[in-house]
Amino acid sequence: MKNEISIWDRKIITQALFDSVKKLNPRTMLKNPVMFVVEVGAVFLTLKIFANILTGLSGSLGFELQITLWLWFTVLFANFAEAMAEGRGKAQADTLRRAKTETTAKLIEKDGSIVTTPATELSKGDIVYVEAGDFIPGDGEIVEGVASVDESAITGESAPVIRESGGDRSAVTGGTRVLSDWIKVRITSNPGETFIDRMIALVEGASRQKTPNEIALNILLAGLTIIFLLAVVTLQPFAIYSNAAQTIFVLISLLVCLIPTTIGGLLSAIGIAGMDRLVQHNVLAMSGRAVEAAGDVNTLLLDKTGTITLGNRQASEFIALKGVDEKFLADAAQLSSLADETPEGRSIVVLAKEKYGLRGREIHELATNTDFVPFTAQTRMSGINLDGREIRKGAVDAIEKYTANGNGHQSSTELREIVERIAKAGGTPLVVADNHKPLGVIYLKDIVKGGMRERFNQLRQMGIKTVMITGDNPLTAASIASEAGVDDFLAEATPEDKMALIKREQAEGKLVAMTGDGTNDAPALAQADVGVAMNTGTQAAKEAGNMVDLDSDPTKLIEVVEIGKQLLMTRGALTTFSIANDVAKYFAIIPAMFAATFPVLNALNIMGLKTPQSAILSAVIFNALVIVGLIPLALRGVKYRAMSASSLLQRNLLIYGLGGIVAPFIGIKIIDVIITALGLA
Amino acid sequence: MTFNGILQILLFLAVVTLLAKPMGVYLTKVYGGEKTFLDFILKPLERFIYALCRVDAAAEMNWKQYGVAMLIFSLMSSLALYAIQRLQFYLPLNPQSFAAPSEHSAFNTAVSFVTNTNWQGYGGETTMSYFSQMAGLTIQNFVSAAVGMALAIVFIRGIARFETEKLGNFWADLVRGTLYVLLPFSFLAAIFFVSQGMIQNFKPSETAKLTESFVVQVDKKDADGNVIKDASGENVKEDQTIETQTIAQGPAASQIAIKMLGTNGGGFFNANAAHPFENPTPFSNFVQMLLIFVIPAGFTYTLGRMTKSPGHGWAVFAAMTLLFLAGTFTAYWAESAGNPLYPATVNQQVVGGNFEGKEVRFGVANSALFATVTTDASCGAVNSMHDSFTPLGGLVPMVNIMLGEVIFGGVGAGMYGILIMIILTVFIAGLMVGRTPEYLGKKIEAYDVQMAMLYALIFPLIILGLTAISALAPDFGLTSLNNQGAHGLSEIIYAFTSGTGNNGSAFAGLNANTLWYNTAIGMAMLVGRFLMIVPVLAIAGNLARKKQIPPSLGTFPVNTPLFTVLLISIVLIVGALTFFPALSLSPILEHFQMINGQSF
Repeated sequence: MKNEISIWDRKIITQALFDSVKKLNPRTMLKNPVMFVVEVGAVFLTLKIFANILTGLSGSLGFELQITLWLWFTVLFANFAEAMAEGRGKAQADTLRRAKTETTAKLIEKDGSIVTTPATELSKGDIVYVEAGDFIPGDGEIVEGVASVDESAITGESAPVIRESGGDRSAVTGGTRVLSDWIKVRITSNPGETFIDRMIALVEGASRQKTPNEIALNILLAGLTIIFLLAVVTLQPFAIYSNAAQTIFVLISLLVCLIPTTIGGLLSAIGIAGMDRLVQHNVLAMSGRAVEAAGDVNTLLLDKTGTITLGNRQASEFIALKGVDEKFLADAAQLSSLADETPEGRSIVVLAKEKYGLRGREIHELATNTDFVPFTAQTRMSGINLDGREIRKGAVDAIEKYTANGNGHQSSTELREIVERIAKAGGTPLVVADNHKPLGVIYLKDIVKGGMRERFNQLRQMGIKTVMITGDNPLTAASIASEAGVDDFLAEATPEDKMALIKREQAEGKLVAMTGDGTNDAPALAQADVGVAMNTGTQAAKEAGNMVDLDSDPTKLIEVVEIGKQLLMTRGALTTFSIANDVAKYFAIIPAMFAATFPVLNALNIMGLKTPQSAILSAVIFNALVIVGLIPLALRGVKYRAMSASSLLQRNLLIYGLGGIVAPFIGIKIIDVIITALGLA
Repeated sequence: MTFNGILQILLFLAVVTLLAKPMGVYLTKVYGGEKTFLDFILKPLERFIYALCRVDAAAEMNWKQYGVAMLIFSLMSSLALYAIQRLQFYLPLNPQSFAAPSEHSAFNTAVSFVTNTNWQGYGGETTMSYFSQMAGLTIQNFVSAAVGMALAIVFIRGIARFETEKLGNFWADLVRGTLYVLLPFSFLAAIFFVSQGMIQNFKPSETAKLTESFVVQVDKKDADGNVIKDASGENVKEDQTIETQTIAQGPAASQIAIKMLGTNGGGFFNANAAHPFENPTPFSNFVQMLLIFVIPAGFTYTLGRMTKSPGHGWAVFAAMTLLFLAGTFTAYWAESAGNPLYPATVNQQVVGGNFEGKEVRFGVANSALFATVTTDASCGAVNSMHDSFTPLGGLVPMVNIMLGEVIFGGVGAGMYGILIMIILTVFIAGLMVGRTPEYLGKKIEAYDVQMAMLYALIFPLIILGLTAISALAPDFGLTSLNNQGAHGLSEIIYAFTSGTGNNGSAFAGLNANTLWYNTAIGMAMLVGRFLMIVPVLAIAGNLARKKQIPPSLGTFPVNTPLFTVLLISIVLIVGALTFFPALSLSPILEHFQMINGQSF
């Protein structure tokens, strides 16, 4: 599902072509006041042409036909833009839907018997039995059992995940497949309301609600349309007064050119495409409103582990006790970790190699009577027995117990001090013991992910504050926070603290975004303006958030914010472009309208358009083509760069404001040259 | 254009700039109820007025209550002014024994002064008694200006306050604006004007014998006073020798001061600021222009100060200044270039360009400057005849009004007008920074946009609609025209633009004293004032309710040169684009026709 869909996907384009005609239905068009006006104009002119032909009144039929055709094209192009966006969303949804088809469920009746039922007939509260090979019939909560589940249908990740009853890993999603074992699942959604259903509906744009900003923008566009309608309607009386009355074809052409058709035609496509971009990042938004809010976020709450730091700690230092050679400690530590496949273990081997030149020995190189001691919950140690030598590493209390049991080496205050120091600094101390004698401590440290500092700097430039959330003590948190370059941190964070922080930020008028996965995160996810739930999280968390990240990658919160901003920027850029276009259109059409009566007004024809008819036609054609030309931009969004609002504004204004004024002058002139050469006007 | 002329224009701008901050600070104090240096005399007076009117000045109102109070006050004002005019024959201070003006003229005048328009369908010195001028018109000059200022302050409060319904007390704002701002400055200005030779007395008109009599042709009348017609229906003319001149008198200075300071513009005399008693010297002319701009310019600083973003106030000031300079220099250039249709024997360079309809004591530069200033603001006073300007010179005042009089603008009206434009600017361009639009810590949402568009819509609706009706009506619309073709259309457009924009200046070639124009312009003035105030108040109320969003680096900047440029663009696009088709058939067409040797 992560595959990007080409803008030029032939299947989508073909479907969109059909849909753009279907969307001509006035009832559909009414949702878009600007394009509705264009359609009314087109219908009117079409009727007028028929009337003219019947009454034999045709003045210049060729011109009138072309104008009318291009008005229809204008409407169709706008519909096409929307259909394209929807088509791309549908293509995403189809992948999801495939997972959904033909699932049957093993419903457990009250008496315990199992009945096979279609998944579509399940309702909330039903309990189903799912075993290896079965598709999970609907969203639910595991009430009994453990199983490995293939969630690739929704996440695209092929590695199976473990799902079990109780705790934070009990949620399952309809459409995913159980690979091993069995589980009993309590269904938590009614048919047609499952997670996938909602996703499909949202992605397709079928249940898309206009977002608040979109509504406001629509009001502006409708207002501008009325104002220009006024300007054109009243122009005819002035023209009559001046003995230069205009035909209805020319007046409607002027109107269509002046009203903001570019943004009007692309507005809904931009919104759908924004949702679609999120889906491409494997994030599903529950509403367009959430995407918009993402652009406005002031504060990002980021979980330390997995977002700011690598999920695992790494060895950064060997601290030997007095009288112990550091290299000897490193050697012992490396030996104890040779068989330890955890990232921590690997990092110990690597550190010893890098710092002391101790090559990681292969197991077969060692003496024959080598015995690896794996980590168990009882001993909480791991290590190696090597020719009677016992090397162990583990948490300080486990090692203390071990040394006390053996030759009676008492734990020294020195060891205690080292351990405490490391713990205070945010590290994890692992004590190494050789034959029941402690040698020293391995310092395991949180490693900040590469590039995070730059990322946070960019966010800061965009005016976004980052807050690191961690269960660590304040000292540890502070050191990692300063290393990562976040603005603030919340240490020893409980879900209640998180909630309080969100409320505090919101009280200051800020919008907060966060990620979460546990049930105890749910209230905070619900409170946050943008709450991204991890797909691995509990059903409660997913219900509470307004987005779900299918990859369960908390770093993605930053991308979500960027996508939100991009959506808003695209809207603003095209609105500005659309309005700026009007200047050139005036200079094309006004002289053309009145040059016949007042040749002196040709002075305004600064583009030097050939004839009045070619000028008007060129403006109308440009107006229609610019919609098509901007479809890729609307679907892809304007280029987003992390920079301050001032620089962003300057850049976008230059491109879309100034460009919006200049582009039509050039475009209309070129079209004029072409249609004149083709003899069309 | 001469170096001297340019220098005078720049000097004027420099003084306006210098005055903006002190005026802004003072306005902030007055409307914030803070101590001012005039408290020692005015505070007792203020308390007395509150006690007399039983006003609890501390009781703040929400936007609806504020609006209702304002509307009731304006309605009462109109009725009072109507009554004073209709009863002036029975009232004191009527040495000329003027009869009451007709019902529709009195209605027109009452509406005109209450809406701060001061469109004048009458000649002051030949119609109004001194009592009507002083107790009727001058009082409205004060209070209609104070109403405008109150509304501007309410809008600024709406932006500056957070999570409240309360926007202030209308009566307190009205009283404080009048007492602390308008009265003292008008008082000083009136004394200054008298020093320049402006008259201030209660004498009846005087008659002076002409040193050189002259002969005019007038319609011959029979004994009953009916015009005698010849066989072909033409009026029979006879010669009349004129030997005397009537010189109007009256309390002019006291009215002129507030006429300018309150951007009212209603002249004491018919010739307005071109009359030697109403604007005696170039110095008085300079001060009159300053009085027009000083409060509106001050409001930009007040905006910055009350919203704690002084940079924003200056950015708005800069936008206004640039638009002002563009208008002034276009008009000055057009008027200096003169009319190419004059025969070569008339050396226009000697007189400095197109001198028709201009006063010798002001010259071309100061006439162009005055015309720009009076229409940038919604003043409407004139020291030259806009109708006689070259087409492009006349286009400037017209466009200034069409832009919504937001280039400094009327007292108060200019501020709330530009705030509407700012809201639209922020909304259109704000998205480009990747956040939903916000303005000084407030989200701009659907309701705000809806009201702002309503405001922006009413203006062209009235102007274009009424002009279109007039242009299509040969009987009532076109008979008033003294000129044909493009210039005639200009005259009609100007009349409705001036009325709707509450400006009051005119392209005098149109005889607007007819039933249609009196009624239509009267309605235009009412709608242009009160219907546009409602969305203004609604936005203010809605903004005040909103939560504050703390500014960050990601916030749309409203205090940068870039914002200034943006604001100018939106003012031009929203304002000018709407009217461009109409203008292309009037002044623009006229300009090209003039270049090509056609006149009207």
